[in-house]
Amino acid sequence: MTTPTLLQGSVSVGDTLPELAYPVTATTIVLGALAARDWRPMHHDKDFAVNRNGTRDIFLNTPNLAAWFERYLTDWTGPYGRLRRVTFRMHGSIFPGDTMVFRGTVTDTGVDDTGCGWAALDIAVSVDGDPKTTCTATVALPLDAEDNPWARSGDRWTP
Amino acid sequence: MSAIGIDDIQGALGVSQYEEVGEFPVEQGYIWTTCSSVENGNPLFWDPDVAEEITGGPIAPPTMVSVWFRPHHWAPDRSTPGLPLQVHFDLKEGLGLPEAVMSDNTIVFYEPVRPGDRLTTRQILKSVSDEKTTKLGTGRFWVIDVEYRNQRGDLVAVESYTGFGYRRAGEEVGA
Repeated sequence: MTTPTLLQGSVSVGDTLPELAYPVTATTIVLGALAARDWRPMHHDKDFAVNRNGTRDIFLNTPNLAAWFERYLTDWTGPYGRLRRVTFRMHGSIFPGDTMVFRGTVTDTGVDDTGCGWAALDIAVSVDGDPKTTCTATVALPLDAEDNPWARSGDRWTP
Repeated sequence: MSAIGIDDIQGALGVSQYEEVGEFPVEQGYIWTTCSSVENGNPLFWDPDVAEEITGGPIAPPTMVSVWFRPHHWAPDRSTPGLPLQVHFDLKEGLGLPEAVMSDNTIVFYEPVRPGDRLTTRQILKSVSDEKTTKLGTGRFWVIDVEYRNQRGDLVAVESYTGFGYRRAGEEVGA
C-alpha cells in the first residue's frame, strides 16, 4: 500500500521546492538526446554544434529538459502527483561543464469544479544564476489519503 | 505538404492536418531510458505493484508524449514522414518568412499513455497574428496545436507551440 506523500492541503503559496543541482557532462547531453530520440547532430557532435550552430558545445535538447522538469516536480509530489499542464520558455542552452540548478515556488493552489486539488508552480533551471528555461506547471495532488488524481478521467479530469 | 500563404490562413484555421500514426508502439525500454537519463526514480515507472495500485498498470512519463513520434534514424522502405510541426514550416514558406523561433510550448495532459499504446497525432493551426516587429525582425506569431490520441481515440495530450516567423531587420551580417 503506497500512501500519498504530499497532500494538496499541506501546500501553501510561497512554498519552495528543494533545490536540485546537477553537474552536466557530455554524457548527460547525449543520453538525453537518445532518450528523446533526437538524433540531430548538435546534441551529440561537438564539431557540428560549434561550427554549424555557433554554440560553444553540444547542448541539452528541449524534450529531455521537459523530462528533467517532470522529475523535479514529481520528486516533490511523489507518485500521486499528476501533471495537468506545463508551459516552457527557452532562454538559453545548457552545455557540458555547466551545473544546472532547478528551483521551484508554489504560486497558487485550489480545488477545481470536479473536486480535483491542484498546485501551480514557477520552476526555473539556471546556470550561474541565469535562467536557461523557465516553466509554469500545474499538478494535481490528492486531497486526502484516500484520494488519487490518477483515478480521474473524462469529465472528472479537466486540466 | 503545402505552403500556407496569407490568403490561405482563414481556410487553414482549426483544420486538422498531417494525421500520422506513430512508427512504433509505446515501449517500456524507452520509458526506462528516459527515466534513467534524468535520474527519475518515480516508482510508477519502476515498480509494477505501485503502478498497478496508483495508475492501474504501467504508464509512460507524461512529458514523453512527443518522443513516440520521433522517427527512427533509418528504417527500410520508409515513406518520407512529415516534419514534426509541418504546419510551422508551411507557414514560413507560404508567408515568405525565412527565420523562425519557438517562443513557448505548453503541454496539457489527459489520459495516461501506456506501454503498447499506438498513438496518433495531428496538427491544427489555431491563430496567426497581424504583422509585428520585435527585436528579431518583422513577422507574425502563430499558435499550432498538436493533438495526441491513443488507439481507442482517447485524447492523451495537446501541445501548443507559439512560433514567430520573421525577416531580419536591415543589413544582415554573417549567417
